[in-house]
Amino acid sequence: MALELDTLIVEAKALVADATTLGALEKVRVELLGKKGRLTTALKSIGSLPTDEKPAAGQAINKAKKAVQVLLEERLLALDNAALAERLCADALDITLPGGGIVSGGLHPITRTIERMTALFAQLGFNVALGPEVEDDYHNFEALNIPVHHPARAMHDTFYFDAGRLLRTHTSSVQIRYMEANQPPLRIIAPGRTYRCDSDMTHSPMFHQVEGLLIDKDVGLTDLMGHLDSFLKMFFDQDDCEIRFRPSYFPFTEPSTEVDIRIGKGSWIEVLGAGIVHPSVFRAVGIDTEEFTGYAFGIGVERLAMLRYGVKDLRQFFENDLRFLSQFH
Amino acid sequence: MKISERWLREWINPPVDTAELAAQLTLLGLEVDEVQPAHPGFSDVVVARIEKVSPHPDADRLRVCEVDNGNAELVQIVCGAPNARTGLVTALANVGGTLPDGTRLKKAKLRGVESFGMLCSAAELGLSDEGKGIVEFPDDAPVGKSLHAWLELEDAIIEVELTPDRGDCLSIRGIARDLSARNDLPLTLREINTAVIQSGVTQAVEVDNACACVRYAGRVIAGIDLSRRTPVWMVERLRRGGVRSINLAVDVTNYVMLELGQPMHAFDCKKIQGAIQVRLARKAERLVLLDGREVELQTGTTVIADDSGAIGIAGIMGGLSTAVDESTTDLFFESALFLANEIIGKPRSYGLHTESSQRFERGVDPAGQTEALEYASGLLITLAGGKAGAITDMQIVERMPVPIALTVRQSRLKRILGMEVASDEVTRLFKQLGIDCTPTDSGWSVIAPGYRYDLQVEEDFIADIGRMYGYDKLPRTLLAHTPQLHAVPETQVSPLEIKQRLAARGFQEVVTYSFVEAAQQSLLRPDLKALPLANPISSEMGVMRTTLVGGLIDVMRHNQSRQLASMRLFETGLRFLPLPDSQSADSVDPVIVAGHGDDQQIDKQLQQQNMLCGLVTGRLNAENWNSGVDDNDFYSAKADVAALFARANAGVVEYLPCALDMLHPGQRATITVKGISVGFIGALNPALQNKLNLSSLPFVFELSLAALLTARVPAARLLSRYPQVRRDIALLVDDAVTHQSLVDTVRQASPEMLQEVLVFDVYLGKKVVKGKKSMALGLILQDFSRTLEDAEVEKAVTHIVESLGREHGAELRA
Repeated sequence: MALELDTLIVEAKALVADATTLGALEKVRVELLGKKGRLTTALKSIGSLPTDEKPAAGQAINKAKKAVQVLLEERLLALDNAALAERLCADALDITLPGGGIVSGGLHPITRTIERMTALFAQLGFNVALGPEVEDDYHNFEALNIPVHHPARAMHDTFYFDAGRLLRTHTSSVQIRYMEANQPPLRIIAPGRTYRCDSDMTHSPMFHQVEGLLIDKDVGLTDLMGHLDSFLKMFFDQDDCEIRFRPSYFPFTEPSTEVDIRIGKGSWIEVLGAGIVHPSVFRAVGIDTEEFTGYAFGIGVERLAMLRYGVKDLRQFFENDLRFLSQFH
Repeated sequence: MKISERWLREWINPPVDTAELAAQLTLLGLEVDEVQPAHPGFSDVVVARIEKVSPHPDADRLRVCEVDNGNAELVQIVCGAPNARTGLVTALANVGGTLPDGTRLKKAKLRGVESFGMLCSAAELGLSDEGKGIVEFPDDAPVGKSLHAWLELEDAIIEVELTPDRGDCLSIRGIARDLSARNDLPLTLREINTAVIQSGVTQAVEVDNACACVRYAGRVIAGIDLSRRTPVWMVERLRRGGVRSINLAVDVTNYVMLELGQPMHAFDCKKIQGAIQVRLARKAERLVLLDGREVELQTGTTVIADDSGAIGIAGIMGGLSTAVDESTTDLFFESALFLANEIIGKPRSYGLHTESSQRFERGVDPAGQTEALEYASGLLITLAGGKAGAITDMQIVERMPVPIALTVRQSRLKRILGMEVASDEVTRLFKQLGIDCTPTDSGWSVIAPGYRYDLQVEEDFIADIGRMYGYDKLPRTLLAHTPQLHAVPETQVSPLEIKQRLAARGFQEVVTYSFVEAAQQSLLRPDLKALPLANPISSEMGVMRTTLVGGLIDVMRHNQSRQLASMRLFETGLRFLPLPDSQSADSVDPVIVAGHGDDQQIDKQLQQQNMLCGLVTGRLNAENWNSGVDDNDFYSAKADVAALFARANAGVVEYLPCALDMLHPGQRATITVKGISVGFIGALNPALQNKLNLSSLPFVFELSLAALLTARVPAARLLSRYPQVRRDIALLVDDAVTHQSLVDTVRQASPEMLQEVLVFDVYLGKKVVKGKKSMALGLILQDFSRTLEDAEVEKAVTHIVESLGREHGAELRA
């Protein structure tokens, strides 16, 4: 009996080793352990043995059965692993092939620039205010201390509709509208489209400005300089960025300044105009000039975008060549 | 304004080089635009005299000149200039010399005759724009002397871009005054002698009290010789000041104007009929100007007139009939003060911007008239001879500009500048600026000098202190600030979010002009009237847009012409809707009603509405190895819009029939939110594709941006713990039955259990009867309190199918 079992195990080892598929292995299992399998049959044959031999025979057969089960399980695991390995191998991809689907678009560089500016001024508590683009003479000029025939009007080549209406030449008109509707202290910036009837290499009939207005109890020129100095340095985010203030003239600010920037060893480039709000402007909107002072500035968005992103030709912003725009994604 | 550095340094000579001088001016608010060498860039050019001229043996137009260039031997030069003549003193570029255009002179043979250099015209030397023939110098010019040295070309032309408030700096003297204050150096004043009166000839002058003139000074200089040339030094200084030489008399007036800032005019005395009358123009009065143009004078214009009528527009331009020329022997110099407030705007109304008008518009020193007159008289008599008559000086004293006098408070100064400037320093700076200044307990009493028209209010004086103190020396301070929380309404969607959502879906934002071509506009929205510009740059930018679709179509065409077939574009911005007779915007364009939000209105005649517009065409996704390429179509565009409303989900969005002719009649919809029409979507009408020159048909949508800026605050609801059941039904319905109507019926028929209705197939074709279509719906059912039993699901589905049959004639497909 013991001898037969040993033979069976040897044979089982060979059978299991020969089974190279899950199906073949199952056949082997049935042959050995199935209802009519050899070990099952052997176990049944115990009944015919003498009583004193039964326990030993039973133990021997169970032991053999366990051994065969282990053989089968090990083989099953090996075959599973082999199958998985084969599948993994077969599934391997060229991971350098491009993914499909929609190619993402992007925002226009002007929007990108305005958002960057807005985010910086937001840290100083400036909220965004908007205003109309078709303006009246009063908000674009009169209230900003630019009466009819003022020489400053010659600097604004204005698009007109009729005697009273025009396309705003600057976002400064938003200052007036905001001050008419709100009481100081105020901190706003007003981005938007502006228009002048001038068109060449360096002028576009439509361009963008970001207007800023801060009114509080005690705001002076040095405060204006401090804010704009930090803003420009943060905007350009470059160590070798110098900011220069020089006196200038705007009818709606006094004192007034133009602000130039120099990056590295480049030349000075004018980027914005600013100043302390002129008392005439406060009077036009009914703010007490003795109680409050304030500063205002107007930044050319295209100018900043050109400097920041190396755009050489202003007109590219409005040509909307998708090859140009896709560089700003 | 352009100035010669040498000339400026005769007035003020700070110990700094040209670059530093320019930097000083810029930091004074007198922005230096450019510094150019006065030297046009030639070398080895000398003063030379033509000693002999003989004809060229082989060329009629050429002459062979023997020229004295200061060396021992004469040089032979072949010259084609018609004015080459014996005795002429001119400019010779020697062999080895160069001209501004880069020409290097070599020994040459012209038609067989050798030439050792070139006689030059003023244009060839870069000294003038015009140059007929070779340059003619006075006979006493130093032959052999380098032109560089003789013309004092070691000089810089400083171009200052003046702000319109600083009319006082439209002269060498004005700029020198600021530099004097900046450098704490006194001015070297021009010594101006009073001319000896040697002639009894005078010119009668009458000044009307109501016109722009408050002072009119003049004098006759008789017996002059204007055939004499303007000396080279004066021509050169004028050139460096940006002024062309005309004739000696005019040159003298321009020279005085550049140096002192007082515009002058010279009349030919013998051409004036009767007294000079300074008065307002008469109705329909006409005048032929110096430049030959004839203008009809506007009422309100001050003119210089004589008995024959107007002979000049005051402060702007003289008339042709009394102009001086070479034959003039007696001239009348005018040196007047016309009030800036009266002159302002006039040059523009005539389209005449002159050196004179520029100065009068900004304000001329009320004290400078006779001084300029004396200076000009002295120069003219020296250069052209003649005898001075007595000065006529008419003044309307009560209308003369009054100097501004006010108090500058120390406290205000500190507040405006943001820092304190020592009292003594302020006093010193005021005095250097010519501001009459008396310190008081709390500040200063100041009186502005007459020429500083820009000093009007306290802040102007404070600004001047800041300017003189130096902006570069002011500290840059950070204002103390207490941050405050501002409300962040959760129902608000920012335009940036909407834009980013579109960008993530493959849309490129573009920015197009707000003014568009009227013709294109009326193709797209013939139902809307556009607001025209009175002075457009071109007809392509003639009217304000009433729709943003046109701009996107232009961008599409532009890029398609660059071999880009597929694109997804969007733009946001205002459109402009004129509202006739104060009609509401909603009745003018019922398709996209005003949404407020960022919309703007300045009056009842115009709605400025913030819009979002999208355009898709060609392929939806990029060409790909892996999967098919889908095209943009109505439904892909609808999905894009739906993605926006998934965020801006404040109200129920519906797609309803639309009547816009711009769109394909079978592929268009108006979009409503809470029942209000906020926009449209559709294929462009194929009838427009050719008219708009498009190589493919785009799908467009345009919405009031405000409709996309509100969302609801999420309110979480309970989720069912019980399984959901799905039943699919395939229905055969008439072609005209819409998906929405089926869904509505399904929902009504099974309000409780039904969670969702999907449409997963729509089929029209061979397998269904013509005029019918198959629609496959997936019904998803679920209960919150229990697992649904098969029987009740079957019952619900049967009820739904029966309802669909009853209401839409729908049959279940086998």
